[in-house]
Amino acid sequence: MTDVLAVTDHRRGELRDVSYEIITAGRELADETGGDLHLAVISGTVDEFAEKLDREGVDAIHTVDYGEEFNHDVYTQTITQLYDELAPQYVLAPNSVNGLDYAPAVANELDLPIVTDTIGLETDGETLIATREMYGGKVETTNELEGEAVVTIRSAEWPQAEGTGDAAIEAFDAEIDEDAIGSTVTGFEEVGGGDVDISEADVLVSVGRGIEEEDNIPIIEELAEALDATVSSSRPIVDNGWLPKNRQVGQSGKVVTPDVYIAIGISGAVQHVAGMKGSDTIVAINTDPNAPIMDIADYAIHDDLFDVVPALTEEFQ
Amino acid sequence: MKILVTVKEVATVEDEFEIEGTEIASQYLGADLNEWDDYAVEEAVQLQEAGLADEVVTVTIGPEECEQTIRQALAKGADRAVRVWDDALEGVDLLDVNAKTEILSAVVEAEDPDLVLTGVQAGDDSFGATGVSLAEEIGAQWGAVVNSLEHDLEDGVASVRRELEGGVEELTEIDLPAVLTIQTGINEPRYASLRGIRQAQRKELDVQALADIGIDESAIEAQLELTEMYEPESESDATIWEGSADETASELGDLLREKGVTQ
Ligand SMILES: Cc1cc2nc3c(=O)[nH]c(=O)nc-3n(C[C@H](O)[C@H](O)[C@H](O)COP(=O)(O)OP(=O)(O)OC[C@H]3O[C@@H](n4cnc5c(N)ncnc54)[C@H](O)[C@@H]3O)c2cc1C
Repeated sequence: MTDVLAVTDHRRGELRDVSYEIITAGRELADETGGDLHLAVISGTVDEFAEKLDREGVDAIHTVDYGEEFNHDVYTQTITQLYDELAPQYVLAPNSVNGLDYAPAVANELDLPIVTDTIGLETDGETLIATREMYGGKVETTNELEGEAVVTIRSAEWPQAEGTGDAAIEAFDAEIDEDAIGSTVTGFEEVGGGDVDISEADVLVSVGRGIEEEDNIPIIEELAEALDATVSSSRPIVDNGWLPKNRQVGQSGKVVTPDVYIAIGISGAVQHVAGMKGSDTIVAINTDPNAPIMDIADYAIHDDLFDVVPALTEEFQ
Repeated sequence: MKILVTVKEVATVEDEFEIEGTEIASQYLGADLNEWDDYAVEEAVQLQEAGLADEVVTVTIGPEECEQTIRQALAKGADRAVRVWDDALEGVDLLDVNAKTEILSAVVEAEDPDLVLTGVQAGDDSFGATGVSLAEEIGAQWGAVVNSLEHDLEDGVASVRRELEGGVEELTEIDLPAVLTIQTGINEPRYASLRGIRQAQRKELDVQALADIGIDESAIEAQLELTEMYEPESESDATIWEGSADETASELGDLLREKGVTQ
């Protein structure tokens, strides 16, 4: 039987969506061989979280009331102890920034193989077949693993679990070795504020690494001006200091849902798409017809931005 | 203080490519220093320039062909390089996290650094797990997705910011020795100067086989097996405009007017 232990994610008092998605992923795996799905809820207001997470398909919820916020040592210690107690076949964790701060340590400590950022999972109880991308989404691969494993799942790939369950909710008595805790969270800060809020814009002209040089940014600004739109960008443009942080769309930037999003020289990496896939109409201008952005585009021009953008600006001047 | 930086040559893929078996056919592949590692190297070199680090050593797992890429880090200021390679690694399709951890931890043991910097992930296989796994293996502290590191490292503590989702940063104090996985944007990686490039040719690049670092071949046997590679089925139902730039721009212009943009 394939029992699954899935670890949930929360921050600053809120459960993150992936916590409900991981229930679906875990249930699917457990169902393939009739196993149980256990959830781990670690730190924060665990009883309140457990109640919310008691959705259809969850067999047991183990709460560990220790500390307010995420600490990777507390997570690592707790999960390895739960693993020893429950002996699950798979430990599932979100492929979030925090998930990647403990899942590899859990795998190494338990001497288990790890496969990260999965977008599809299947098992016959012995062999796990994990689907994941490589080369920034240009290809997909299947990967096989025998026996127990630690697996992280990409967010928004599985639907959120619904309904109400009747899971057994139990406090798990984890023994936390405080001497082994080597990091302390001292605070949080919101970044990317300032004069412009791109999430308020109706039309975004968004620029990516295809622009090549800082000196070329003005052609994007001229287009935005002609369209009375707002300029946003992918991460490398902000990393390079060509535009301020408050213009960044994506996982670590802003989530935007404009009426029209024009992606110019942006490949459509998963962390970018996470921030703009809810846009009403998506237009992609990209020389690469196979760029992942094409999968979510409504309209596309497979051409050089240095030809198309000035022509479009002219249309509106 | 000594800093070890893990670096990797990553494969880059052309727009049009073909898959042969479980690999992209080699004529469509290029090579580059992993984007995230470039930032890790820069961070280490800046710590050295600030007088905090005495030595910056890079370590890579890779065949002789990657030496040119690895020398880029030397040209940017790293002092010397270690390259681990072995015939036993030749046929391995995919070096999984566990195997990389095994090899890198042996090098860490020999070098005994105070701080290890890795990239958040490699741009090609994107596991994003090696740094944290390595930390656990060597009994060091760690922090994943670090986009700011205070350069005083007072009292054996690193003050970092971890970049969480949604424009939130976590401020964290991490005891040294530690492994930090470095996020892009933490600094502005320099271009190597001509002088740096010349000097890099003379810097020490030490090649080690598995046996040299005390690793048994069986330890690197991948538990994760890559069984298939394919181009994802396109879910695209996009309307594609074709023609000259003027023609496509005019189609897009019509759409925008229809959507009520700029009236
Ligand atoms: C933890 C983490 C968080 C991240 N957070 C974010 C985030 O919030 N936002 C984000 O955007 N990224 C984020 N990333 C980075 C992400 O993985 C990608 O590296 C990034 O989105 C790539 O940006 P890009 O599409 O502009 O560049 P590339 O991927 O380099 O794409 C450039 C595109 O331009 C096209 N192009 C080139 N020349 C031309 C031309 N002349 N005309 C037309 N098209 C051209 C190319 O075909 C290519 O598709 C994050 C990564 C990690 C690991």
